Parts: sequence; C-alpha cells; structure tokens
Amino acid sequence: MSRRTFLGAGGLFAFLLIWELVARSGVVEATLLPAPSKLPATLISEVTLGFWHKMVLASLNHYLIGLISGSLLGVLVGSAVAMFPTLDAVQSWLARLLRPIPPLAWIPFAIIWFGISETAAAFIIAIGVFWINYFTAYTAVRAVDPDLIELAASFGHRSLGASLRKVIMPAAAPGILSGLRAGLGQGWMTVVAAELFGITGIGQRMNEAAGLLATEVVIVYMLTIALLYGLSDMLFVAAQNRVLRWQR
Amino acid sequence: MAAIVELNGIAAQFPGAEKPVFADIDLSIARGEFVIVVGASGAGKSTLLRVIAGLLAPSSGTIAHEIENRPDRREIAMVFQEARLMPWRKVSDNVALGLEGLTVSADERKQRIADALKLVGLADYGNRWAHELSGGQRQRVGIARGLAVDPDLLLMDEPFGALDAITRQSLQDELLRIWKETGKSILFVTHDIDEAVYLGDRVLLLGGAPAKVVRSYDVDAPRPRSREGEEVGRVGAQVKADLSTLFDEGGGI
Ligand SMILES: Nc1ncnc2c1ncn2[C@@H]1O[C@H](COP(=O)(O)OP(=O)(O)O)[C@@H](O)[C@H]1O
Ligand SMILES: [Mg+2]
Repeated sequence: MSRRTFLGAGGLFAFLLIWELVARSGVVEATLLPAPSKLPATLISEVTLGFWHKMVLASLNHYLIGLISGSLLGVLVGSAVAMFPTLDAVQSWLARLLRPIPPLAWIPFAIIWFGISETAAAFIIAIGVFWINYFTAYTAVRAVDPDLIELAASFGHRSLGASLRKVIMPAAAPGILSGLRAGLGQGWMTVVAAELFGITGIGQRMNEAAGLLATEVVIVYMLTIALLYGLSDMLFVAAQNRVLRWQR
Repeated sequence: MAAIVELNGIAAQFPGAEKPVFADIDLSIARGEFVIVVGASGAGKSTLLRVIAGLLAPSSGTIAHEIENRPDRREIAMVFQEARLMPWRKVSDNVALGLEGLTVSADERKQRIADALKLVGLADYGNRWAHELSGGQRQRVGIARGLAVDPDLLLMDEPFGALDAITRQSLQDELLRIWKETGKSILFVTHDIDEAVYLGDRVLLLGGAPAKVVRSYDVDAPRPRSREGEEVGRVGAQVKADLSTLFDEGGGI
C-alpha cells in the first residue's frame, strides 16, 4: 500500500472516529448529529422498507433524462454555433443573458409548466447540464486547428460532413468529453434540489426525514448521492480514457 | 517533356484585399521535374501552392492538368511545413488519410501505407502515435502521406523549414532519393537558397507586389550533386544577389 493510500484511508478513519466521539459525548444532541455507527442500521431499514431503491431509481430516472437531453442539446448547439459565424453572432448576447441564471431559479417555471412531475425535475437538471456542455463544446470546436481542416481538404475531405468526421469531431473530443464529465457532476447537484419540492426521489425523502428530525436518514441519502456520483464519474473516466487513448 | 501542370496568367486575390497577392503567373512543370519557388516571406508562395492544389480558386487565369485522373489516386498531394499530423491517429492512419476517399481495397490500402512508410524509412513506425516521433520523423510521415495517394505532382511548402540543419540536410538527400525512385514531379517552396539550388532543376524567384515570377534559373549541375559544386554555388550566388536587389527595391517585402 502506497503512503498516499495509507494516509487517505487514515484521514477518512480519523474523521469518522472524531464524528463518533463527538456524537457519543453528548455535547451535541443526537438528533442534531447522529453517530456514524447508527448509519448501517438506518440504511438496512430504508432498504427493507423499500424506500431506498424506490428513491434511488426515481432520482436516477430524472437524472438520466435531464443529463442525456441537456448534454445532447448542449453539445449540438454549442458545436453548431462555433462552426457558423452567423449563429455565433445571433447567440452572443442571448447566451450572456440566459447562462448566468442558476438552474434552480427555473424551478418556479418548471412547476408552472410541468407541474410537480418527473418532467419538471428532468427539465431543471437539463438546464444546468445544457449550459456546461454548450460552452465546453463551443470552446472545443472553436479551438480546432484550421490547418488540420485544410490538410483534410487537400486530401479530398472537403464537405462539411467530411471535415466533421475527419477533423472537427476527433479534435474537439477531449474538450467535449470534459464538458460531459462536468455535466455529470452538475446533474447530481441539481437533482436533489429539484426534488425538494415534492417530486419523488432522494431529495424528497431527505426533506421528509428532515421534517421528522430523522437526521440519520438524511445522512444515509447524502452518502448515497456521494456514492452514485463517485460511481458515475469513475465509469465515465474509464470510458473517456478509452476514447482518448491517443493522449499521453 | 510533357507538362504535367500548366498555369496561364494565374492571379489570386483575397476578398477585401486591395491588390492581388500575385498576378499573371505562367508556370509549366514537366513530368519528373523538380521545380523550386523562392521568395521573401509574404510573397505569395503558399498561396500559389493552394491555388495549384485547388484549395483556393484563382481570381483569373487557367490551370491545365495533364494528369491521369483515376479513382484510386489523387493527381496532386501536399506536404506542409508543420507536418500536420492528426494526434488522434496512429502513424499508419495518418498516412491513410488521402486513401480514405479513394476506391482502394483494404489490402491495397495496407500495402500502399507500408510502401510509403518504407520509402521514407519509417517501415516499423506505423503503430506509433504522432507525439512519439521527432520533428524529422513527423515530416517523413507527412511525405509518406503525400506519396500514398500516388500523385504525379507533390507540392511541398517549406517542408524542412522548421528542422535543425543536420536533419534538414539528411531529409534533403532522402527526398532526392525518393524523387529518383518514384519519378514524381515536385514543386517545392523554400526560403533557403542553398536548399533551392541543391535540390532543384529549376528555381523560380517570386517577388513584387503583386508578385510575379521575377526570374527563372536553370541549375545545370549533374546529379548526384555536391553542395559545394561550382554550378550549384554560381546559381545560388545569383539568386541571392537578385533577392537582395529585390529587397532593396522594396518589392520583396
Ligand atoms: N487566408 C488569407 N486571407 C487573407 N490574406 C491572406 C490569406 N493568406 C495569405 N494572405 C496574404 O497573402 C500574402 C501571401 O501570403 P503567403 O502565400 O502565405 O506568403 P508566403 O508563403 O510567400 O510567405 C500575404 O500578404 C498574406 O498576408
Ligand atoms: Mg508560406
């Protein structure tokens, strides 16, 4: 085991230990800070009561729909805008106006338009993911070396489709993939907030539990999100490394 | 000798520019001929190659190709100064770029990539990434990519300009060997006069604004040549003298 792994595990263990000691000492009330040793039992009860996988699946559903539609649209629109100067000019003020609006500020409209529904949650997630991908795809496509486009043209690949396939897509891939990865994280941040308004999912369950001061349930779902995020990021990076094998 | 490409009264002008980059260029390249274009930076050498390659439409004049047009080859191929390898492709896939639009069977494609890499001395490098190569090796891959489409005319835009002196000399000798082995015509742009007179059958001096062919020099030295040979030195001195006169007249810049 390397020194780094050792210290990393040690740091985590020390954190849990101090947390446990503080919780047991009675300095803080048990409802304000549940001891970590109580968490496994809470998790088991959430699972056996059927809440855990119901909530995880519901959130995963919002997350995936929002993530996929936001990513696809963001990459498509961002790339198109980078390739066509007219579109670029048309979007320049519009994007500056709309992008700074935080995804959560769309919640009122999401609920007015879609009601307290799965669509509303997916919509809010999609908005945040969209802007991230819009700008990374835009930047990545803008940065494609025009010399390589000319090179491909000089060897017969002149149509827009050919330069997309031979040059623009592979050259912009690292940038676009890093945007997709950032969107993956951003999606998890918004999913919980979107569900706090009663849309079934992890966020809703957390809100319910907090109302009953069942703080150990809240923590179980906090850690569930950390786990889901870590897992999806790990899977994405593995796929990304395969696609970008050519990079050092 | 039959001309392989013939330019008549060619001019090129960029949109919005007051004057054409060059005007009234007549140029005829014979099959198997090695023609050099020299001229100050900004004279229009790269633009001329782009026009010949069909990447840029001339604003006037005509270009005639006496080149056999077949679906399994390209008449003209280009080699650039900065090698321009695609970092996401292995060396052999970079060489394959021009073959991808042609009707070439998978077996023949493989064979042609292998032959081209062998010709530039990189037979064992097909499976490398571009970033694993030295500057000289990258430039060889650029040449192999051009040769793989079996062109009659190879356009080379300052291909050795970014290399150190020793690598440059050895690549010059490699290129002469490849030229002899393949019988391709070459139109080669450089601003290195010694390189020009060592390599070329004929050297064209481009200058003025708009640029034209100020003068054309035949290098009548037998091959293989010596870099210090008498004829090579004589023509070189002449080109340098004319270039500096042009510079003093302000026409070159
Ligand atoms: N894409 C372009 N648009 C406008 N002007 C250009 C373009 N490319 C080259 N030029 C101009 O044309 C002239 C000749 O350029 P170039 O052919 O690259 O010269 P050289 O290769 O001899 O150094 C220069 O004045 C340059 O600024
Ligand atoms: Mg140039």
